[in-house]
Amino acid sequence: MRKFLRTIFLIDLIEGLWVTFHYQRPKYIVTEQYPAQRPKVAERYRGAPRLNINPENGETLCIACNLCALACPENLIVVGAERNEQTRRKELTTFIYDTSRCMFCGLCEDACPVDALELTQDFEMASYNRDGQIWDRQMLEEGPRPKQYKY
Amino acid sequence: MPDQTFLDSTELVLNMGPQHPSTHGVLRVVLKLDGEKVLGADCVIGYLHRGVEKIGENRTYQQFAPYVDRMDYCAAVSNGLGYCLAVEKLLNVEAPPRAQAVRVVLTELNRIASHLIWLGTHALDIGAITPLFYVMREREEILNIFEKYCGARLTTHAFRIGGLQYETYDGLEEDVKAACEHVLPKIDEYERLLTGNRIWIGRLTNVGVLNAADCKQYGVTGPMLRAAGVKWDLRQAQPYSGYQQYDFEIPTGTHGDTFDRYAVRMEEMRQSVRIIRQAVEKIPEGPIMAKIPKVIKPPVGEAYVSIEAPKGELGYFIVSDGSTQPYRLRVRPPSFVNLQALDQMTRGALVADVVAIIGTLDIVLGEVDR
Repeated sequence: MRKFLRTIFLIDLIEGLWVTFHYQRPKYIVTEQYPAQRPKVAERYRGAPRLNINPENGETLCIACNLCALACPENLIVVGAERNEQTRRKELTTFIYDTSRCMFCGLCEDACPVDALELTQDFEMASYNRDGQIWDRQMLEEGPRPKQYKY
Repeated sequence: MPDQTFLDSTELVLNMGPQHPSTHGVLRVVLKLDGEKVLGADCVIGYLHRGVEKIGENRTYQQFAPYVDRMDYCAAVSNGLGYCLAVEKLLNVEAPPRAQAVRVVLTELNRIASHLIWLGTHALDIGAITPLFYVMREREEILNIFEKYCGARLTTHAFRIGGLQYETYDGLEEDVKAACEHVLPKIDEYERLLTGNRIWIGRLTNVGVLNAADCKQYGVTGPMLRAAGVKWDLRQAQPYSGYQQYDFEIPTGTHGDTFDRYAVRMEEMRQSVRIIRQAVEKIPEGPIMAKIPKVIKPPVGEAYVSIEAPKGELGYFIVSDGSTQPYRLRVRPPSFVNLQALDQMTRGALVADVVAIIGTLDIVLGEVDR
């Protein structure tokens, strides 16, 4: 009899619907309104690469050791270096990082012995063409500047 | 498929997929139908083939680690664990106890995340849209922990050969405990939404029955095998990464139908919470990385390590020729092996049941095609 009544009054379906309607309260909204409301990513987030510069004199921290290029599984880093005849030290000339092939595994920043190459918390890296995805040294030092839209 | 053309018989050959939303990716199923009844099913796979095993032969051991995350992308951490254990076995080293405990915590969190995705998509296929939105909310809690720990949410690359790259962040224990507290009542809530629901019961019971003998013949593992009543879980049968320290039950079913598999996976999530709570209580102090040379050159030999991934037995077979790159790397993906049983399970079922059966297989096409 009890089972019959449950069947007639669709108790099992109403129980499920109760869960659904219970979450209609504005208190339970979890959706992030992305472009308007920007997410705060974690401190260790592996996003856009950056080539750090010394804040005091603006010189690059990179010692052109090529370890990041060797560590990269996709071989997308090309480090150009020139030997300075006066100081007998290698100096960085060009640094090309192809972000279109990057999978943000973080092996390059692990390999870097001087904390020059770093994956940052920037995550907006879209560009209008493929050339925009290949970052040169200047782009890597400045970082991406995504357009911020106002709502 | 049939020797006759469709004009000669009442049989109809129907292509389901690769763009069908219920095939969970780019799986093409060629169905042989008699009216609404399925006479047989052929799977056409390979639309997502990336040649992961071949890539492995052209990368050093460390460089290949991020690629394994991209096979079963719902359970990237489990894939990473399996690969790291295989290379560690080849090198004959073991990760330090602290690394092992953190590994267990993260893989079990990933198991819950993977099962949540399975639950949402499976219910969506059957017609219950509501759970999909709720499972994403709970999964977010888990992915936030991954993001805080290793900096990525989906393809985490959390573990390295020999241990861990990242030390745990301050507050990992609290976050993990809070996530457990959050997830556990929600699992009950999903059960309230689904388990008693007559449509759910009607669509799942006695659909896609696969008994224990067939499971063993096909090599089907994981929750599908356990739903058939076989108490086989590699975490207890061949403990790895310190699983022998933790106390947990292996849920099993009786009939091996789709509803049993649903019940087994739901219970597995609760057991995972139990393991996480035990593991996170006693993460030992100490180093997180074993003594591993910078350039990994394993001795000549071969190693096979299998772990209990959320979908079943995930195995890595690595042959080393003494160089920095594997000579051969073979992956035994659980989804690929489990998918073979589709033909037997769908025979005699209706077309609508095929959707339920593909859902219950819990396949990820990234892993099937590799």
